[in-house]
Amino acid sequence: MDVNKNSYTFTFSAILVIVVGASLAFVAEGLKPLQKENVRLEKMQNILASVKVEATPDEAAAKFEQYIVEQVMLDNDGNVVSPEGLTAFDIDVVKEFKTLDIEKRNYPLFVFEDNGARKYIVPMAGNGLWGPIWGFVAFEGDMNTIYGSTFDHKTETPGLGAEINQPFFQDKFIGKTIFDGSEYVSVEVVKGGADVEGKSHMVDGISGGTITSKGVGEMMQRTLNVYVPYFKGNQKAAL
Amino acid sequence: MSETAEATAVVKEPKEPLFSSKNKRLLSDPLNDDNPITIQVLGICSALAITVQVKQAVVMSLSVLVVMIGANLIVSWLRNLIPSRVRIIVQLVIVAALVILVDQVLKAYLYDVSKQLSVFVGLIITNCIIMGRLEAFALANKPWPSFLDAVGNAAGYGWILIAVAVVRELFGSGKLYGFQVIPDAFYDFGYFNNGLMILPPMALITVGIIIWVQRSRNTKLIEEN
Repeated sequence: MDVNKNSYTFTFSAILVIVVGASLAFVAEGLKPLQKENVRLEKMQNILASVKVEATPDEAAAKFEQYIVEQVMLDNDGNVVSPEGLTAFDIDVVKEFKTLDIEKRNYPLFVFEDNGARKYIVPMAGNGLWGPIWGFVAFEGDMNTIYGSTFDHKTETPGLGAEINQPFFQDKFIGKTIFDGSEYVSVEVVKGGADVEGKSHMVDGISGGTITSKGVGEMMQRTLNVYVPYFKGNQKAAL
Repeated sequence: MSETAEATAVVKEPKEPLFSSKNKRLLSDPLNDDNPITIQVLGICSALAITVQVKQAVVMSLSVLVVMIGANLIVSWLRNLIPSRVRIIVQLVIVAALVILVDQVLKAYLYDVSKQLSVFVGLIITNCIIMGRLEAFALANKPWPSFLDAVGNAAGYGWILIAVAVVRELFGSGKLYGFQVIPDAFYDFGYFNNGLMILPPMALITVGIIIWVQRSRNTKLIEEN
């Protein structure tokens, strides 16, 4: 057989590609449920991490079930909605941020309860310097004071912007407040190294990671704005 | 039955033992005299990128081992069927398919590690060692020697990777395989982790030191000029 004939070359390539393509599709399809489950558990871990509950992937589902007592969805005006066939947990805010117009998005809110104390967890998504960033910010029962936060990123610069997923940055948000009196001001992330001592609406950014840090601030400002009516309504009810 | 068995045995060429000295050299040469990283200077990119922690280096080495064995075996089996004009593309398709397989399996069973390795698993495709061995060895040799060649080269790549990672993790974060090995007392006395070790340039310097030590011990590697 002449392996250098054109017809042979074409046939060989075609068969190779079909065999390779088919086997890859088969494997990818077979492993998909496991991979999806990993992503789901990771999201649960992240949500729990924002309220300082450590969970290994194995425990994540059980702990999530135990602590997250309510899942709420808001529309762009802050009204509670319940679209059919959609749960708050299934909403991928990073994807919606990229693909949906702002009015059409749904905004999930997770209510965490431990020993009667409630915390409110808000997922958010925004832009860093190179790509998407996202995170979960948890509020105390007063819906004003930040209790904890986790942020993560896809492609920020290692050692600079990428540090937003480190505790030293995330812990700076703890105790900051988003309301000044009854006015919504969010929390601003200012250029790294600034003096933020005693300022309850400012967080010191990462030196050298200014654009990513600002991205976190912008993401919080924009996302939390939607929750303001809901927070205010519940604050009144709580009083 | 026994007659036919004898007959075929006679017809066959005298068989080379599985671990003849030639085959053994396929395994041992890449570990030292012909190391893919320190001598052939292949696969440097990944050696710089994923040697911050030993765990990543181990998983990367294992992934490369699996991909290399698979690719070398497949190419060696097909070596008389692959049209020479498209052989590079064929090799690439085979390597890419295997790498995606590894990536998918990692995502399903070792999700944490796959997140840390992120893009570097995909970059195994472009790891020069793999294409280099396919082109230089598997295309011209039978499956068994090709298999040994793959194991040898992946091991040669792996041990350098792990050696560099041990140095970097130990001095960069005071840990080995994620466990703290430098006692807290040291830090109390003013010992600091060397932050520079975490950064890629230190991998280059560490590899350089390994090459230096290797050449000073193994004088036949020194070029005359």
